[in-house]
Amino acid sequence: MSEAVKENSMLLQKQMIARNYEAITSKHETGRKVSSTFVPGNLNELLMCFGIVNNLPEINAIQNGMRKVSGSYIMEAEKGGHSEDVCTYVKADIGMMGKGSIAPNGKPFPDPDVLLLSYTGCYTFMKWFELLRAEYKCPTLMLHVPYEGDGHSTKNMRDYIVKQLKEVVIPGLEQVSGVKFDIDRLREYLRNSAKAEDDLVWCLEQGKHKPSPIDAYFGGVYYIGPIFTAFRGTTDAVEYYTELRKEVQARIDNKLGPLTPDGTSFNEQKYRLVVEGPPNWTNFREFWKMFYDEGAVVVASSYTKVGGMYDQGFRHDPDNPLESLADYCLGCYTNRNLPTRVDILAKYVEEYEADGLLINSIKSCNSFSAGQLMIMKEVERRTGKPGAFIETDLVDPRYFSAANIKNRLESYFQMIEQKRRGASKAA
Amino acid sequence: MTSTAEIIDRCQALFEDLNFSAARAWKAAAPGRKVIGFLPVYAPLEMIHAAGCLPLGIFGGGDQMEVIHGDAYYQSYICRIPRSTIELGVTGRLDFVDGMIFPFVCDVIRNLSGIWKMMFPNVWSKFFDTPQNFDPEIGGNYYIHELQELRAGLETLTGRKITDDDLRRSIALYNENRRLVREVYAFRAREPWKAPTSEVYLLMRAGLMMDVAEHNRMLADYLVAAAASDRPQRDNVRVAVYGSFCEQPPLNLIKSIEMAGCYVVEDDYALVNRFLTADVPTDGDPVQALALAYLGQSVETSCKYVPKEEDKGRFHVEQVRKAGAEGVIYATPSFCDPALLDRPMICGRLKEANIPHIAFKYAENSGQMQPIREQAGTFADSIKLWS
Ligand code: SF4
Ligand code: SF4
Repeated sequence: MSEAVKENSMLLQKQMIARNYEAITSKHETGRKVSSTFVPGNLNELLMCFGIVNNLPEINAIQNGMRKVSGSYIMEAEKGGHSEDVCTYVKADIGMMGKGSIAPNGKPFPDPDVLLLSYTGCYTFMKWFELLRAEYKCPTLMLHVPYEGDGHSTKNMRDYIVKQLKEVVIPGLEQVSGVKFDIDRLREYLRNSAKAEDDLVWCLEQGKHKPSPIDAYFGGVYYIGPIFTAFRGTTDAVEYYTELRKEVQARIDNKLGPLTPDGTSFNEQKYRLVVEGPPNWTNFREFWKMFYDEGAVVVASSYTKVGGMYDQGFRHDPDNPLESLADYCLGCYTNRNLPTRVDILAKYVEEYEADGLLINSIKSCNSFSAGQLMIMKEVERRTGKPGAFIETDLVDPRYFSAANIKNRLESYFQMIEQKRRGASKAA
Repeated sequence: MTSTAEIIDRCQALFEDLNFSAARAWKAAAPGRKVIGFLPVYAPLEMIHAAGCLPLGIFGGGDQMEVIHGDAYYQSYICRIPRSTIELGVTGRLDFVDGMIFPFVCDVIRNLSGIWKMMFPNVWSKFFDTPQNFDPEIGGNYYIHELQELRAGLETLTGRKITDDDLRRSIALYNENRRLVREVYAFRAREPWKAPTSEVYLLMRAGLMMDVAEHNRMLADYLVAAAASDRPQRDNVRVAVYGSFCEQPPLNLIKSIEMAGCYVVEDDYALVNRFLTADVPTDGDPVQALALAYLGQSVETSCKYVPKEEDKGRFHVEQVRKAGAEGVIYATPSFCDPALLDRPMICGRLKEANIPHIAFKYAENSGQMQPIREQAGTFADSIKLWS
């Protein structure tokens, strides 16, 4: 992810990402195998046990969104018969294939050796990999993670996932890689994961400070980078989060806000928001600027929980390796039912002393978006804080209307002001 | 003998009655009766029936209901069925329903299950997640437990035990239902002019709102009446319709396809009663039998993973061949991820098999039929010309 001003953690992350793309694109020289998989339910530690390099199509779509090439990929996919109505991540990915599949390092993406269809929290994943499978004709390993419809997981769900890991996923990865599974290797990686997770949670929770030393949405997408992608379980990730923690601590010590892309510290924080939903990537900086220009900082968000809800207490557990992978998959944000999502968001508004909940509703994404209006109403009702609703898309530039969003945000901030005035009068 | 017109009139009345008076009457007829609503596209109705409850298919609000409240719950880019289902709920039309089952179809209905929990906290509601692993030892075991959980939930709701024998009796009734449904479909494929799809459709939809034994009698009566009917055979082409398994097209659209010169000889409208393709054994463990039937003998449709790439779309091609269809209309609700994400793959397989196809989108409240009629008419003409 390109940034104008770099903190040390950012530089570290940049190098990690570059190394991973290099590992992916050099597979023919190194003989390493490459898998594709998803961010929610990402089994990075397991892939590492087989020396398999992890390529995440969602991340490629984000990269292409930020580099402003996703629009043409999406059109390419639509020309090829993909509906205008479906998730644009899928179309950005498929359209990229049609246009030569070039990785951010300028080298061609090799075909994956295996599709690890970790099916957690989103229906589209299943179709996405059925579509890719038709293209690549490579082994596809389905890991079905049941949805927590009643607001909790059950033993049956967990057993089902563990069984699939043992009897489908692990044998499948052994076959693809030619490497025998070693559970102690997995334990070692999970130990690293838990360390990094502790530090990530610490960082995210510092949003409770005033001023907040982090932006938990626009900044948050960088903080979650290593843990959500190809680095959870590595010592690199442990190092990254140690570094990030130091930086956040230094900002707290100096009463500073997060760095904006302009390179200034965002200290004059007038509004504190909780944000639900993924960001828009095609106009990411412009979008972010609309917030800090108005003095709005995001103190907590749900998007930073799609790849795991570590702040709710979950940690990967080296003593119960496969069970903890199962629990991890079950607990990802979009695999939680709507009442639970409302509970979490209302709790964020309270605990992070936010002015309200802002929802960025993504046209592409039924998993997140279907039901968000109800979520907003419920969180408003429970917290007594005003909510607001804006609509964009992830990587389709056609659905980013800067003027509309700006208007909405401005009226939202006015509403918060009014509410405050009302509250101070009443007091 | 009851005529087809009489049977279909009754079905149409049931289909159009969004106050569900018949289900209300069923409930009122004996104390303690309970009604369990279910959404598309498959729920083990045997279990509901064995609990002594009436399974009631909730398939949105169609084109006759004005959606006022429901739109406040959904963005414009989400399909219609969840908003009209909410409309049914908030307007009190479902106030007699004691429980709701939201089977896995997609994330919209999945999330609707949570909305229901928040909006109607006094209604027992259950998201029902069917397996995507089809190995009896893995997905099968998981599914058996899920079915047992459903059974326990229904038992708590009704306060009565569901015995294995209750379940076997219900399975037998639903086996009979599936057999008769298959017979109606086979009859229509043989003599489509005698069983127009606008009739068959109503017959199937009505069946999802009444007691199964009664529906069985109705299906049998319809088969006799349709066979005896004297209707002219037209020079229509024979088509299959796919992609319409969840949100339903308005009846007018179903009729328009026929009026455009197509005999629909195969379809996936509403699925449910054709989801399992063979009898469920009534000996042995009935829960296991239901689970194994789901794993091994059910249709290919968008909410189910297809484990092998070469099998993708095979079901559709085989069904088209079996029904003797000359082409496929892939008709999907707007914004329907499952059907639309599948479309390139299914249509790709149709193309490989040299089966002509067209695709269009609809909404349950689509009003303009002219474009559909034109498209279907042109399709029919092209089949006549080139095949
Ligand atoms: S539908 Fe949403 S969660 Fe699923 S792949 Fe698309 S953006 Fe991601
Ligand atoms: S119509 Fe399609 S998108 Fe809408 S609820 Fe049904 S399956 Fe889901």
